[in-house]
Amino acid sequence: MRLWLEKRLEPSRTMLVLTPVLSVIAIMMLGIIIFDGLGYDGPQAVWELFFTPVLDVYKWRDVASKAAPLIIIALGLSLGNQAKIWNIGAEGQYILGAIGAAGVGFVTQSMTGFWIIPLMILVGMMCGAFYAAIPAVLRTRYGVSEVLSSLMFVYVSLQLLSYLITGPWKDPDGHNFPQTAQLTTAQLLPRELGDSGIPPGLLVALIAAALFYIIVSRTVFGFSVRAIGEAPHAARYGGFSSNGIVWATLMISGAMAGLAGVLELMQLTRLNLGYPSGYGFTAIIVSLLGRSHPIGVFIAGIVLAVTYVGGQVAQTVVHVPNATAGLFQALLLFAILASDLLVRYRIRISLASSNKGARG
Amino acid sequence: MTKFTRRDFIKAVSAASALPLIGASAQAAEPLKVGFIFLGPVGDYGWTWAHNKGRLELEAALGGAVKTTYVENVKEDASAVPILRDLARQGNKLIFATSFGYMDQVLEVAKEFPDVKFEHCTGFKRAANVSTYNSRFHEGRAVTGTIAGKVSKSGVIGYLGSFKIPEVVMGVNAFTLAAQAVNPKIQTKLVMIDSWFDPAKETAATETLANLGADVIATHTDSPAPLQYAQKKGVFGFGQGADMSKFAPKAHLTAIEDIWGPHYIARAKAAIDGSWKSEDSWDGIKEGAVKVSAYNASLPQDVQDAANKIIEGYKAGSYDVFTGPIYDQAGTLKVKAGEKLGLGDLATIDWYVKGIQSA
Amino acid sequence: MTLTFIIDVLVTIIGITTPILLAASGELVVEKSGVINLGVEGMMLVGTIAGFAVTFETGNPWLGILVAMLAGAGAATIFAVLVLSLGANQVATGLALTIFGIGLSSLIGSNYVGIAIDPVESPFPPALANESFWRIIFGHSPFVYFAIILVLAIGWFINKTRAGLVLRAVGENDLSAHSIGYPVIAIRYAAVAFGGAIAGIAGADFSMVISPLWAEQMTAGRGWIALALVVFAGWRAGRLLAGAYFFGVLMALELYAKASGHAIFPSQFWAAMPYLIAVIVLALISSRDGKDGKAPACLGKPFIPNG
Repeated sequence: MRLWLEKRLEPSRTMLVLTPVLSVIAIMMLGIIIFDGLGYDGPQAVWELFFTPVLDVYKWRDVASKAAPLIIIALGLSLGNQAKIWNIGAEGQYILGAIGAAGVGFVTQSMTGFWIIPLMILVGMMCGAFYAAIPAVLRTRYGVSEVLSSLMFVYVSLQLLSYLITGPWKDPDGHNFPQTAQLTTAQLLPRELGDSGIPPGLLVALIAAALFYIIVSRTVFGFSVRAIGEAPHAARYGGFSSNGIVWATLMISGAMAGLAGVLELMQLTRLNLGYPSGYGFTAIIVSLLGRSHPIGVFIAGIVLAVTYVGGQVAQTVVHVPNATAGLFQALLLFAILASDLLVRYRIRISLASSNKGARG
Repeated sequence: MTKFTRRDFIKAVSAASALPLIGASAQAAEPLKVGFIFLGPVGDYGWTWAHNKGRLELEAALGGAVKTTYVENVKEDASAVPILRDLARQGNKLIFATSFGYMDQVLEVAKEFPDVKFEHCTGFKRAANVSTYNSRFHEGRAVTGTIAGKVSKSGVIGYLGSFKIPEVVMGVNAFTLAAQAVNPKIQTKLVMIDSWFDPAKETAATETLANLGADVIATHTDSPAPLQYAQKKGVFGFGQGADMSKFAPKAHLTAIEDIWGPHYIARAKAAIDGSWKSEDSWDGIKEGAVKVSAYNASLPQDVQDAANKIIEGYKAGSYDVFTGPIYDQAGTLKVKAGEKLGLGDLATIDWYVKGIQSA
Repeated sequence: MTLTFIIDVLVTIIGITTPILLAASGELVVEKSGVINLGVEGMMLVGTIAGFAVTFETGNPWLGILVAMLAGAGAATIFAVLVLSLGANQVATGLALTIFGIGLSSLIGSNYVGIAIDPVESPFPPALANESFWRIIFGHSPFVYFAIILVLAIGWFINKTRAGLVLRAVGENDLSAHSIGYPVIAIRYAAVAFGGAIAGIAGADFSMVISPLWAEQMTAGRGWIALALVVFAGWRAGRLLAGAYFFGVLMALELYAKASGHAIFPSQFWAAMPYLIAVIVLALISSRDGKDGKAPACLGKPFIPNG
């Protein structure tokens, strides 16, 4: 009996959708075993991790709050992914976006006006885009891998944040703690839209997902991005500039990360050292889980948010350590990355005796 | 195995619908549910460990009248909000948030749950259902400073700080003033490592201070790593937040222990009998919130006596390390002779006393 | 500025540098084979807790170091299977490995908080190890000596042996190497596992020498500095050794500046420096057209044989 992998002519669409689902189920099973092994109530822990956030209506708000920044950043990253441009430094651009908005907040703290919030958003997105432009220029001018350069700049952004909130932007009423002053009501978006409990970020995420869908599938630009990724030489022959794509995708993902940063800043109402939550890194996972497709990314963002919220619930109810949520996210990603194989290859079994010459 | 799914679903629904009922039926028979959120892990042998110890003392003292829950490793960002909400919805009527960075989150959730009482540790913003509480740790630092002043042969103390916030500033100030009272030539070299917890960096910083002549190390960071280095190098140090002698039996002279039990017990009692009010409380040595742990056997008797004198002074109310004259690093007189720095000024202090060398 | 003081400062620098040098050396070999493994921080932490736990439970530090190595190699093998055999994206898998390592080590480590072990001492007799002058040579933990010997051995291996040539070939042009008959995938497996083992040892340095206790995420981002260091060194072992010590000097400088009251720059500037310098060096070495110091051509690309 022989077992081998045969490359599919075309990636399987069924598998594309099925593998994440199967992975989630597989990891849930694994989770029950792991938790039981560690002495916790396995089934309940997994229930709290995966199902409570989905079934408990009160938890939807938390899931939405967590999913929104992940989706927004991941949408931007997906564009780059398709062109095989890897923006690992989205966390840094996210922080810069918040810094930009906080800067506007600092300057306008005694002012009011409808223009303040849009300005904060605009400046935040520009700061994110600018910060992503640095790896872009390093790549196009110096051939430096954007993976490494954008990553290094995350650390620089953390130091910049620390400097600003312990120095020039420190809250004068903050008892000298490292934080900025709270944003005023003129500078804050409402916590939720009306009484629905839906955070504005989720609405932005929805709109952004729709926009990206249109861009990717219906515009020449979207086509060029995919082309550069899949067949770079042919794409260049067709007139698409790969340098242009590098700039465009990096700056777009930077702007999206910056946008997420601004929205999250408004949720937290001030900048402090606890602000960097790692959304920029988790969004990379979201974009890959969602197979770099806007709809997939939207769903993947929800799934990951569920594991975050679930991790918190598991902590309060089952007293599982909070390292668990991260561990599960990693296992989930491993499972999906591994099962990716099934999308590109088909498993073939032949019961005939092995014959090196014969091919199926 | 399917039973828990229904039970859980029922729990979720009833949690949502029972809120108005809980407030009405606060009978004495029903134990008071008390929740805690912790910054670090309960086994950290430092800040969180001490809070958890207080929680256990609460359980021991009030027995069946209370039921406590805790969540550890709660980050000081927006994710604290859902956790606080969960604790409130699970029926906890008294919730302690044990770190400064939970300030905004506590206030936000407190607005949504007016019948739940919140206590924010080391904070300064209050509401009708939000109290703040703190300890006069600097009193403990006056004790360790006295010991350091007597023990140090080089006259140089190494002090590891985290961030330049009032709590840390008042701590190093108290320490230095007390040391100078014993040896006016004492110099404190202060290094801020911009983190509460980074054992490798704490070790390297301690090494650096020792290399620059410090023979006693004090810290305002959370890990026992500096003490481990002190032990290796043959210098002395103090435990921070808990008795850390098992990490450095020779080097550990004593420790400042955070004793939160009395406060938690008092506030739980107040919540039960209805006398709980929003307030700002700062307990110290007198109230038993700050304890100096057992002295190292090798500490000479005269040093122990000097330290005990400070403790007795605080208990009797006759001693305050922040009594003038106090000069700042530039030599300006900040507190006149005979006057004292009040808690209000201490809570926002941002200047160091003379004799502290800071970067 | 006495001799004792100079030696003390050097000891500090060596202590800070060693874990980064170790982790970067391992990753150098991995990247030379054409694979980029971003999971260094995760692999280090797995080694940190493994070394600490085993040493605590058995009282035998050498057993602890061995298990730390195996733990690191094991974590790396998960990555290798996904990336080399299942064709998964290297960047994503590496990041997932980091998250995995952080989570797993925290979970296991929760049983070991508040415990201390004895630090691993110098392998030389105390008379030499503690002597006021000779301690600069003989007073270090085995990790320090191992790190220096390792990086030199790696340099010799890569540049002067046939096996090293094959490794480089696999990293520069995997298809050609494959057509000559070299087992590309097997070689990459070996390189990745090796990198993981060394990362595990690097992690153990934290919990067994520097500060013999366990605390979550106690490597505090040194894994990322190690990644930067490989780039900074232009993927060359000799420059790696120099670069690591350069980083160590920078970090020690920050502390000395603060401790002597002369910090001049805000401390955040010091903390950002290693990363900024790494980027500048990246730009400088990449814009040169020479093959010297460029990344292995196949770095990050999956191996897809045509035949």
